[in-house]
Amino acid sequence: MSADSQSEKDRRDAALARLTDTVPYNRFLGAEFTRMGDELTARLNYSWKLIGNPMIPALHGGVTGAFLEITAITQLAWDEVWARIEAGGDAAAAIDAGRFPKMPKTIDFTIDYLRSGRARDAYARASVQKAGRRVANVRVEAWQDSRDRPIAAAHGHFLMPEGED
Amino acid sequence: MSEDEGVALNGFPHAEEIGIRLMKTPKGEAKITIPYDEKLVGDPETGVVHGGVVTTLLDTGCGIAAISRTGLMGGIATLDLRIDYMRPAKPGHALTAKCECYRVTRSVAFARGFAYDDDPDDPVATAAGAFMITAPKKKAKTS
Repeated sequence: MSADSQSEKDRRDAALARLTDTVPYNRFLGAEFTRMGDELTARLNYSWKLIGNPMIPALHGGVTGAFLEITAITQLAWDEVWARIEAGGDAAAAIDAGRFPKMPKTIDFTIDYLRSGRARDAYARASVQKAGRRVANVRVEAWQDSRDRPIAAAHGHFLMPEGED
Repeated sequence: MSEDEGVALNGFPHAEEIGIRLMKTPKGEAKITIPYDEKLVGDPETGVVHGGVVTTLLDTGCGIAAISRTGLMGGIATLDLRIDYMRPAKPGHALTAKCECYRVTRSVAFARGFAYDDDPDDPVATAAGAFMITAPKKKAKTS
């Protein structure tokens, strides 16, 4: 039984890695995801190239916004991948074979900047407020030192890929 | 005759890293570009750049417009920024953002802008942002 459970974990981890690591922009920024069950946490690995204002120094506001958007899109896409893996059969086999659903497309995205992003790692989590058939609404927050002191929050609408595949 | 190729934002790490160039514009406006780069791609199937790149371009453009209008380099902070995406950017094409700071109060600068690849009348995205003025506002010059 333990071998089966482990292979299920491997299958989920492989699907997540494929979903996130194949995106060049995620790699460029240094955005990675860790998974606990179906919950994702994004991490932005700090590097000097993410700095907007070197005097402070602070993360570029666009980088913070992009990190939030990556987190929102990945959570939405992951929910769909997760559902297909759980469904088993052909849907799961397609994911195993690397045939992923199309990525959601951002319709609008609004970022509130709450604190200056400092020169260190940042984290983010997204929560899907509504997963409609065509449109999803997502909220997402990023923090550094403390989850209670977010550096930025955002919400947005996303157009979900139409139909099945 | 030759088009304005702009200047690099030397000393600003992220702007330098993605190759942002700043064109000459009247006070209170900003025009910036970034070249297409495969490292900025959000969808490897299509080669379309990530929405976050468009956000970065418009955040930078609106910020520069606000700095240009207020004359407060380092004295402003983004409060919020809303991006509306009209369509995907064309793979292989440079992106340009045109932004303006259209209103300044004692504490807040308001800016808006849009991003496009080839045709300014066919935008990829539009943006609106508010910027807090953190440094004391200079008295407006008379002239």
